[in-house]
Amino acid sequence: MAEVEDVNKPLFAGLSDVSIAEDIPVEGEIAVPLSSRSADDEISTLDEPVKDTILRDLKAVGQKFVHVLYPKKSSALLRDWDLWGPLLLCVTLALMLQGGSADSKDDGGPQFAEVFVIVWFGSIIITLNSKLLGGTISFFQSLCVLGYCILPLTVAMLVCRLVLLGSNGIVSFVIRLVVVTASFGWSTFASTAFLADSQPPNRKALVVYPVFLFYFVIGWMILTFSPSH
Amino acid sequence: MASPDDLKFQEFEEAAGLLAADPGASTLSISNSSTAAPSGDVKLDLSDDEDNQQESSELLGGEKQTGGFWTFEYYQSFFNVDTMQVLDRIKASVMPLPGRNFIKHHIRNNPDLYGPFWICATLVFSVAISGNLSTFLSEMGNPRYHYRPQFHRVTIAAVAVFLYAWLVPLGVWGFMTWRQNAERQISAYSFLETVCVYGYSLFIYIPTSILWIIPFGWLQWLLILVAMVISGSVLVITFWPVVRDDTKTTAFVSMATIVLLHALLAIGCKMYFFQTAEPLAVLPDSTVTPAPLNHTALTSKAH
Repeated sequence: MAEVEDVNKPLFAGLSDVSIAEDIPVEGEIAVPLSSRSADDEISTLDEPVKDTILRDLKAVGQKFVHVLYPKKSSALLRDWDLWGPLLLCVTLALMLQGGSADSKDDGGPQFAEVFVIVWFGSIIITLNSKLLGGTISFFQSLCVLGYCILPLTVAMLVCRLVLLGSNGIVSFVIRLVVVTASFGWSTFASTAFLADSQPPNRKALVVYPVFLFYFVIGWMILTFSPSH
Repeated sequence: MASPDDLKFQEFEEAAGLLAADPGASTLSISNSSTAAPSGDVKLDLSDDEDNQQESSELLGGEKQTGGFWTFEYYQSFFNVDTMQVLDRIKASVMPLPGRNFIKHHIRNNPDLYGPFWICATLVFSVAISGNLSTFLSEMGNPRYHYRPQFHRVTIAAVAVFLYAWLVPLGVWGFMTWRQNAERQISAYSFLETVCVYGYSLFIYIPTSILWIIPFGWLQWLLILVAMVISGSVLVITFWPVVRDDTKTTAFVSMATIVLLHALLAIGCKMYFFQTAEPLAVLPDSTVTPAPLNHTALTSKAH
C-alpha cells in the first residue's frame, strides 16, 4: 500500500515524464480489510454435515436464552439477531395454553392462532411504535429481543402446568400468581434492558409502556389457564 | 483552504431560544390564513403546504408531514410527542375546565396518534380483563362454576372500541367540514385532531372499567355517570365552538349525538362485559355469552 502511494506522488508531479512500465513495482492489498467477523463466514457452509449447521444455530439460540436469563448489557441479542428462538417460544407457549376447559368452544382460553397473533402482531406493533417514536434499533432486532424475552413467561407456564397437575385450589392459585408476576417483571426488565438505550431519552416511558402491556397480557393468559377436569 | 471557524456548525441561538420559551407557538406566517381570528386559530390542513411546512420543520427540527403517505417519515410526524406531553394531555382529558379547549390548549397543532392508539388498546384489555374478573367474583359462591378465561371477549371489545374511536371521529369530522363555511370564525378541526380528542377522552374509561369489578349495581351506575360527565364535557367543550355558529337546531342535535354515542359506548360495555350482583342482569347478546351457565347461577342465587 505504501509503495503505491509513494509511486503516486511523483506521478502527479511530472506526469508526462514517467512511463508506467514493468519496472515500477506495484504491490499491495486490494482487498478491503475484513471486519472482525468470525472465521466461519469465509468457510463455505455447503460442505459441512447438516448436524453441524443445525447445532450451530441451536447453540446461538441457546446462548441468547442465557443472555435473556441473565440480562446484562450485552449486545449479543442485538448484533446477531435471529427469529428461531421467538418462534420456538411462541409455539411452545401456544401449545401449552391449549387443552383448557371450555363448555363451548367460544368460552375458553385463547386458541392457538390467537396466541400466535397476539405475540407476533403485538411484537410488530411495539416495534413500529418504537421506530415511529424515533428509536434507532432495527425492525428485526427489536422483534428478536421482544420474542426472546418471552422466555421467563414460558418457563412460568411450565411451572403453572406442573402446579396444576397437583391441585387446583387457592394455594395453587397463589403460587401461580407469584410465579407469573415474577416472570412478568423479569421479562419486562430484560427487554427494557436491551431496548432502552436505543430510544431518545425523553420518550423512554412511551416506548416501555407498550412492552409492559404486551407482557401483562401474556401473563394474564398464562395465569387464567384452567385445565379441563 | 477555508478557516476552521467558517466550517464550524453554527447554532442559531435566537431562534432556538424563542422556541424553547414557547414550544407551542405557531410558526405559521400570518399571510397564509386569511380567516385567522385574533385568538390565533389556524386551520391545519394535511395537504403539503410547502412554505409552512419547511419553515416549521426547520425551526422545530421535526418532520411535519413531509413526503407522501407512503413514506415512513409521514407517519413519524404523528408520533412527535414526548412523555411529558402525553401525560399532560391525559391529565387534561381527566380534568376538563370550561374555558380550556382541549385541542387549542393541549394539542396545539401537534396531534399525535400515540395517545389514541395505546389508550384504545389499553381500554380493550382492561375492559375484557375486568369483565372476566367481575364474572368470576360474582360466581365465586357457586360450587358448580368453573372458571373460564372467556378470551373471545377481547376480540369483541377490540372491534367495538377501535370502531368507535376511528369511525365516529370520521363522521364528526366529515360533518364539521361539510357544515363549515367561509364566514365562520373558527374553522373545523383536522381529522387527526378529532381522532386525538376522541382517543384521549376515552382514557377516563380505563380506571372506570377497573372499578366496575366492585359488584354493587349503584356504584357501577354512579361510575358510569361520573365518567360520562367528564369525558363528555371534554368533547362538548372541544366541539361547541365549532358548531355554535350554525343554526340552533343543528348545533344542539350534533352535540346531543356526540354525547349520546359516547354514552352508548359506556353503557354497552358495562352491560355486555360486567354483571351486577342483582339477578336482573340480562345480557343483550346471548349468542356467544355463557348463557346456560349464567342461568344456573342466577336461579341458584334467586333461592
